[in-house]
Amino acid sequence: MTLNLNERLAADLDASFAALVREHEAAVYTTALRVTGRRHRAEDIAAESFEKAYNALRGYSRERIAALQLRPWLVTITLNAWRNELRRESRRPSLAPLDPSWDAPDDGMSPEDAVLAAESTRRLARLVAGLPERYRVPLVLRHVVGMSYAEIARALSCPEGTVKAQVSRALQRLHEHLAERPALEAG
Amino acid sequence: MGRGERGVVARLGALAAASPEGFSERVLERVGLARDRYAVVDHLSEPVYVAYDDAGVSFVRAVRHVGDAHAFERAFADHFGREVRRADALPPDVAAALRDGRARGVRLDPAGLSDFERSVLRKTLDIPRGEVRTYAWVAGEIGRPRAVRAVGSALGRNPVPILLPCHRVVRSDGSIGEYVAGAGMKRSLLAREGAPVDEVERLGRAGIRFLGSDTTHVFCVPSCRHARRVSPAHLVAFARADVAARRGYRPCRHCRPVPLATGR
Repeated sequence: MTLNLNERLAADLDASFAALVREHEAAVYTTALRVTGRRHRAEDIAAESFEKAYNALRGYSRERIAALQLRPWLVTITLNAWRNELRRESRRPSLAPLDPSWDAPDDGMSPEDAVLAAESTRRLARLVAGLPERYRVPLVLRHVVGMSYAEIARALSCPEGTVKAQVSRALQRLHEHLAERPALEAG
Repeated sequence: MGRGERGVVARLGALAAASPEGFSERVLERVGLARDRYAVVDHLSEPVYVAYDDAGVSFVRAVRHVGDAHAFERAFADHFGREVRRADALPPDVAAALRDGRARGVRLDPAGLSDFERSVLRKTLDIPRGEVRTYAWVAGEIGRPRAVRAVGSALGRNPVPILLPCHRVVRSDGSIGEYVAGAGMKRSLLAREGAPVDEVERLGRAGIRFLGSDTTHVFCVPSCRHARRVSPAHLVAFARADVAARRGYRPCRHCRPVPLATGR
């Protein structure tokens, strides 16, 4: 009889926590990266979120663990960690610029196209990071992390309808920004 | 959603990011769960992987048996359900215990074993280097004289061979018996330790289970260091312990050839 991850966490947290990390590290990290727009903070926030998750799980009953919806729960922790970070930073003005400086994955494109694609993705990342938080967060969770509206509503503790409206507005805004300067589209 | 917005959605997918290299290991370190380490060491010219954590040695495998480091890491993960990281060297106390064969100084952590299996494996620590004992001897010593086959199975599940010297347990007929890493390795480990393998086999084939001295009137298992010191002129051979007892021989206190007062 194979147990699912929730059952394994409930039965033996220490033995299965690594599996939890591996299954959700991309989602947690992507959330941190795309809502903060800051690569150098994203890893810390993501690691801190898993640590908080571990400490929380240690105190939960087996029933509570079995019933957890892991991805929305982890995303909630990540967003809280990010907001705490912002509050700390607002007391000390941060000099670090928005910095999504990484290379887009190479899908076997030609070098020229790869450069163009990377620049185009960087531009999109900057635009996303520049959206107001109430649009940025649902947009990232829906179209970057790939969560369902139900999951997002749970993670943000707000109605699905609101989430849908925010995602829709976010997409409109991005489309408008991108339409202003179409020069850097890759093939 | 308009066409333009669908295009944006398609591009947003590219913003998904994999976590950085080593991220999960750093997280596990942070919460105190990544304590397992291993190193490769030479033991009597036999390279072995030795895994350990703060509680002691947890897993040992011969390189010739398990393969490359990747294969060892997989074997560890299969056994324990968690990862192990390579270290450059063993901690000094572990290295010393392996070298000197004094595994008593190291806390052994055979997780996932029954109490019976643990008693069997710990009993092998009582078999000195250069000597062997039988499966029946182990069974008798742990108070389960009828569980001889179960002893064999338990030894086969030894997660820390070499450190827990299950290779020093042989059949009552003197033949080498089985080994978790193959009979060939068992024989070569015993040979390198100076155990009289060939002689034990030869005596076994002749039905001889015990050797005694007609000057001390003590009888031993054939590989006992005391038996090996007896000169040929004074050496006496027995097939059965009760015969030795009737002839006035008493069991050696070092090798304890009979588990309880009465022989078999």
